[in-house]
Amino acid sequence: MKRDSDAHVANAHGHTGDHSGGHVHRDDIGSKMGIWLFLFTELLLFGGMFILYAAYRFIYPDDFKSAALELDPVLGAVNTIVLLTSSLTVVLAIVALQKKNIKLCMTNLWITQFCGVIFLVNKYFEWTHKIHLGIYPKGPALEEMTQGQTVFFGLYYVMTGLHGLHVIVGMAFIGFIMYFIKKNYITYNNYQKLENSGLYWHLVDVIWIFLFPLFYLIH
Amino acid sequence: MSHLNLSNTEEHIEREAQHEEVHLEHAEHDTGFGTYILVWLGLVGLTAITVTLSGISLGSLTIITALLIATIKTLLVANYFMHVKFDTTIFKVFIGVCIIIFLTMIVLTFFDLTFRNPLI
Repeated sequence: MKRDSDAHVANAHGHTGDHSGGHVHRDDIGSKMGIWLFLFTELLLFGGMFILYAAYRFIYPDDFKSAALELDPVLGAVNTIVLLTSSLTVVLAIVALQKKNIKLCMTNLWITQFCGVIFLVNKYFEWTHKIHLGIYPKGPALEEMTQGQTVFFGLYYVMTGLHGLHVIVGMAFIGFIMYFIKKNYITYNNYQKLENSGLYWHLVDVIWIFLFPLFYLIH
Repeated sequence: MSHLNLSNTEEHIEREAQHEEVHLEHAEHDTGFGTYILVWLGLVGLTAITVTLSGISLGSLTIITALLIATIKTLLVANYFMHVKFDTTIFKVFIGVCIIIFLTMIVLTFFDLTFRNPLI
């Protein structure tokens, strides 16, 4: 609500010849629409893989169940909570900035970054454990698995790997935003960039919301 | 005369801006820290439910309940964290169209899977 009308007010000043109108060239709605269009391409990217998952699970229901026993639901649940918390702090950062509390805004964004690191560290331990067990291309454990189990782990590595890559990109995105807030390029009445980085981060969260039950909770 | 009109317009815009400011303050109260923390608690609660339910054998309902809970969580994240609830109609139409396209792809894939014989 606020972002739209702020831009509107800025425009109104510009048209009546107000001299403070240096910030007229701003289109917050257009900017938000741009990031949503990008999020749709992300949905189709991950969506394609979810369809692949659904099709193979339909073909190999038992192999998927037995292969999923190798994954640790506790670790998956912890990572889910970590990502949900990081999403909360992003949105709290926006409220804090609206209330002109830059310190609280930055604290929240630091917590987001910290959650991102925890998520990736968990993922690192998870993957190294799997590789240690011999579950990797041409690995001894994978060679002995059935075709359906091999497909399950292929999808597991590709989907959680691509998701992890998105977490890294999101952290970099938010890192730039934090720099801009520090430099006062993003302020309480001009924060669409923060909002956009938040939208990206929430999409990454939503993808994990689906990955978690589909890979960790099959019994 | 025209000068008077101009200043009137400026005054009007000023007043409109002030009015908007008041209105916005109100809007912020609607979604302050508290609302978001409540939504987060709901999301954590739903995660706990989905983990608990996975331990119970529900047969073919297992996947459906898991996907249903994930969908509820997604609706919460989209509406509150991504502010879709407070966005203009065009965004809702956008998102709706994209989701319909995606669901169509899933349905068509399953038509193929169900009626293809043999599968592999």
